[in-house]
Amino acid sequence: MSDPSKEWPLWEVFVRQRGGLSHRHVGSVHAADAKMAIEHARDTYTRRLEGVSLWVVPSAQITASDPGDAAALFDPAEDKVYRHPTFYSIPDHIKHI
Amino acid sequence: MDALATYALRMGDDSLILGQRLSEWCGHAPALEVDLSLANVALDQIGQATHFLGLAGEIEGKGRDADALAFRRDVMDFTNCLLVEQPNGDFAQTIARQFLFSHYQVLLFAELSAVKDARFAAIAAKAAKEVTYHAALASDWVVRLGDGTDESRARMIAGLDWMWRFVDELFALDEVDTAALEAGMGVDKMALRSAWDHRIDAVLADATLEGPAPRRAVLGGRSGRHSEHLGHLLSEMQFLQRAYPGATW
Repeated sequence: MSDPSKEWPLWEVFVRQRGGLSHRHVGSVHAADAKMAIEHARDTYTRRLEGVSLWVVPSAQITASDPGDAAALFDPAEDKVYRHPTFYSIPDHIKHI
Repeated sequence: MDALATYALRMGDDSLILGQRLSEWCGHAPALEVDLSLANVALDQIGQATHFLGLAGEIEGKGRDADALAFRRDVMDFTNCLLVEQPNGDFAQTIARQFLFSHYQVLLFAELSAVKDARFAAIAAKAAKEVTYHAALASDWVVRLGDGTDESRARMIAGLDWMWRFVDELFALDEVDTAALEAGMGVDKMALRSAWDHRIDAVLADATLEGPAPRRAVLGGRSGRHSEHLGHLLSEMQFLQRAYPGATW
C-alpha cells in the first residue's frame, strides 16, 4: 500500500440532477485540490448524464452527529406524528405535494 | 478514396488511434479517478472516430462502414497523424500528447463546425464540446506536473520533448486539404498554428516550463508512413476481426 499521508485528500461530491432540484450527495473522490476534485467528480459521477451542476466539499470539513447521541437526537421525534402535515385534505388537482 | 472521403478518414483515424492508445491506460492509471478521466477521453475519441469513419465510408460509397474501416485496413492504409500513435510512456508523456493534440482539435473543430457541409459541421459541433474539456483537463495536468515536484517536472519536460517533433504534421496541408478547402468543407490548418502556439505557450508559462527546443519535424502519417508503434497497436485492436473475420456478438 502507498503511504496514506501522501494520498490525495477525500472530497464529498454533490450532484444537482436538474434545474430546480437540490444537490444530492452521490459519493466521494480523491483529489489534490478543489479544481481537481471537480474534474474527478465530473468524470466519476456525471458520465451518464446524471447532472447539471456539481459541488465538492472537503470531507474533513463535514461535522457529523455522534452515533452515540442518536437516541437523544432522533428518538424524541418518534411519537410526534402531528409534525407531519398529513391532517390536511389536499384537493385532487394539486400535484407534487 | 476521393479527397473528401480521405479528409473524413484522416480525422476518424486520428480519433480512433488516440482513443485506442488511451484505452491502454484502463486499469493502470495513477488513481481510480484518473483512470476514469482517461477512459472518458478515450470513449469521446472513439465516438468521434465512429462518426468520421462512418462519414468517410458513406462518401466513398463502396459499402464500408466505420467498423470495416477501423478493423479491416492494414497499417499502410491508416492516415492518422504520427502524434496520436506515439506510445503512452509514463503519465506525463500521455498528458503531453493529449495536451498538444486536444488544443489542435479545439481549434480544428471550431472551424469545421462552420463549414457548409452539414455532415462535417454536425460531427464537429458535437465534438467541439468534448475536446474543450479534454484540452482543459490536459492543460491542468501539464501545470500540475510542470509546476510540481522535481520528478514530475522532469517527466513533463521529457514527455513534451518526445511529442514535440510530431506537432508540425498537425498543421501541414497537402492536396487532400486543398481539395476539401476548395470544396468549402475544409479547414486551413496552417492558419490555426499561431492560435495554437498562443494556447500552448500560455499553459507552459503557467506550468513554469519553457517551450521544447525546436526539433526536425517528422511527417508521413497522412500518407501511411507510420512509426513501428502503430503496427503493434493495430495487431491488438484488430485481433478479433483478423482471427474471426466478420464476427459479431
